[in-house]
Amino acid sequence: MERESVAFDVAIVGAGPAGLAAAIKIKQLAGERGLDVSVCVLEKGSEVGAHILSGALLEIKALEALFPAWRDLQAPVGVTVAEEELCYLAGSQHAVKFPDFAVPKPLRNHGHYVVSLANLCRWLGKQAEGLGVDIFAGFAADSLLYREDGGIAGVVTGDMGLDKQGRQKPGFQAGIEVRAKYTLFAEGCHGHLGKQLTERYCLREGADPQHYGIGIKEVWKIDAAKHRPGNVLHTFGWPLDGSSEGGGFLYHLDGQQVALGFIVGLNYANPHLNPYQEMQRWKLHAKIKPLLEGGTRLAYGARALNKGGWQSLPRMSFPGGLLLGCDAGLLNPAKLRGIHNALRSGMLAAETVLESFAAGDGAELDNFEQKFRASPIYSELYQARNVAPALSKWGPLLGGAFFWLDQNLLAGRLPFTLRKPRADHAVLKAAAACPPIDYPCPDGKISFDLMASVALSNTHHEADQPCHLQLRDADVPLAVNWPQYAEPAQRYCPAKVYEVVADANGNRGLVINAQNCVHCKTCDIKDPAQNIDWRPPEGGGGPNYTNM
Amino acid sequence: MKILVAVKRVVDYNVQLHVKSDGSGVETDGVKMSINPFDEIAVEEAIRIKEAGHADEVLVVSIGSDACQEQLRAALAMGADRALLVKCDRDVQPLLAAKALQALVGQERPQLVLMGKQAIDDDACQTPQMLAGLLDWPQATFASRIVIAGAGKVEVTREVDAGLETLSLDLPTVISTDLRLNEPRYIKIPQIMKAKSKPLQMLDLADLPITETPLLNIVTTSAPEPRPAGVRVGSVAELVDALKEKGVL
Repeated sequence: MERESVAFDVAIVGAGPAGLAAAIKIKQLAGERGLDVSVCVLEKGSEVGAHILSGALLEIKALEALFPAWRDLQAPVGVTVAEEELCYLAGSQHAVKFPDFAVPKPLRNHGHYVVSLANLCRWLGKQAEGLGVDIFAGFAADSLLYREDGGIAGVVTGDMGLDKQGRQKPGFQAGIEVRAKYTLFAEGCHGHLGKQLTERYCLREGADPQHYGIGIKEVWKIDAAKHRPGNVLHTFGWPLDGSSEGGGFLYHLDGQQVALGFIVGLNYANPHLNPYQEMQRWKLHAKIKPLLEGGTRLAYGARALNKGGWQSLPRMSFPGGLLLGCDAGLLNPAKLRGIHNALRSGMLAAETVLESFAAGDGAELDNFEQKFRASPIYSELYQARNVAPALSKWGPLLGGAFFWLDQNLLAGRLPFTLRKPRADHAVLKAAAACPPIDYPCPDGKISFDLMASVALSNTHHEADQPCHLQLRDADVPLAVNWPQYAEPAQRYCPAKVYEVVADANGNRGLVINAQNCVHCKTCDIKDPAQNIDWRPPEGGGGPNYTNM
Repeated sequence: MKILVAVKRVVDYNVQLHVKSDGSGVETDGVKMSINPFDEIAVEEAIRIKEAGHADEVLVVSIGSDACQEQLRAALAMGADRALLVKCDRDVQPLLAAKALQALVGQERPQLVLMGKQAIDDDACQTPQMLAGLLDWPQATFASRIVIAGAGKVEVTREVDAGLETLSLDLPTVISTDLRLNEPRYIKIPQIMKAKSKPLQMLDLADLPITETPLLNIVTTSAPEPRPAGVRVGSVAELVDALKEKGVL
């Protein structure tokens, strides 16, 4: 197809912390050197922030490096961590608080900030636009554009106005080519272009598979008397049994709001497990429920996150581009924080890009790997490398003891590296071999029905468009996944996209409610047959998160 | 012919609203804002009329805070030629909007004023009618089809309870647009880039020769009572009994 084309010096995919930091830093450096570098950012959400979801705790150093005057510029970063608790939940009633000395250092959050990453990104977006960056929200980077020598030449945005069968509707607009000398991919965890790039350029050679979790988050407005801005709680243990990894978080923001959520490691083995239901049940714990009683739930959302850390790092550079932030898996799984690394990777990318421009036409970005290895991102991921595998191997208590020893006394200097070589999708056991899990019915006050929750994600997709969740083999869900695993997509999807339904004659079919999709990417990660490809729907579709 | 289109910045229609705890309105912090969908239809129609050769300029106007520039830029990217923002930091009630638009019509002399039949935030459905009254112009509301008939005439089809009604009006006129008039186009990246260099003029409300003291006072805003949970019945007979009990049958 003949497509319109626009050209920039640098194109960035994804207006999250990594992409926006890269855009901002490129403009700042170009300004200092008197260069004119054109930068655009493509964002599939209807606006910057619409698809951003994070806890979130922010280590301020990286933001400070980008904007030393972030306070004067009124960055939405106002709540410092005041009190913090790490609790082991033993059953639905009891919580055992860790004394301060027993808390592993990476989990200490003193001096950090409680933020809404969506709002921080909105602010970063404004700063970027102020520096002359073109941000195009509502445009998904759909596919890769290659140079003749096989390098990346840019991306093609998605077509708009196709019907369910892929036919052009009136008003159809073909996607356009966004060509750039350098293209930076910052799609967040498990981006669909990142996935293609990884395959094409064998970026994962020598690295362990990436490991993931699914985070399900809600924002509540609670009683003023119970609200303590800056209060931070992390829990592990109940409601998960010892065989699955995960835990809860609850952060008090300002304005009587609390952000709370539950993360389940996607290496769980029991296909009956339902992360959404685990989150709903967790809220009923005696430590959490009283806080929420009388409050109102304002928002709901979910997103996969990566936690493979150092062992799972891919090569991040390839001809014509870089993989940044969570697209490369830079979250620190010991700290459970990653925004600072995303910002730093964006800034490193900017430095590399500017050096390559100075080196003349056609210079590649290989230098990035060297810079990355010398950066604090690499050293902190290296130091934390044994924590997540230890917790997987030895469970929360024994593994937790190792965590403390390894981080508080030895600072990660043990002369060996633990590994988790099996991918998360490969560890699911047969449904018949696992105990079904009996989840309580929602009470409509603290715990809710899934569809009521999805409504609070403000998700919208044009209904008449091709399904963006593509099955490589349409028979797999019912021929393989159903008999073996009772089709786990029905449970791991936090938006009720996948449903196995039976007609009057008992014939089963898989229904894909693609319009519910909150773009968390879990299905693309956890499907045991690796049969689902998440593709971007028509630009602007998806959740419209407010302050997630 | 010049067409003036009025657009309002409202909370996006996909967003679930939350009422502020003091009842003074709804939360707009961090909430996605858009052009009122009915106004977007009006912008699209104006551009189509221009593309058909019946107009030579499409001017989009908004009244509100600085942030309304976003919506005006979006209208320029769709294909409007020029934008004008009347800055006003207080609540814009229909009469204020109509008077401000009246003043702008005096300055800009459009032959046609288009806007949505109502804004999805206050659902007032008053501004176009008030504007036509103030200007003493003919008006057609809830247009589902607009045909520029030539010789200073326009034909408008309206959706009314009895079916479709077609009016013939003399220009200049005010027309308010309904949902089925058209489907607004997708904006393209090159057009967004072009829109950045199109003129966007800013005025202060105080600079317009109008006086207006708000006549309406919003006492309180509250969320509707939650709907009580439904009851599942086992059979048709049970359903009939339940309906009888409620006095419906």
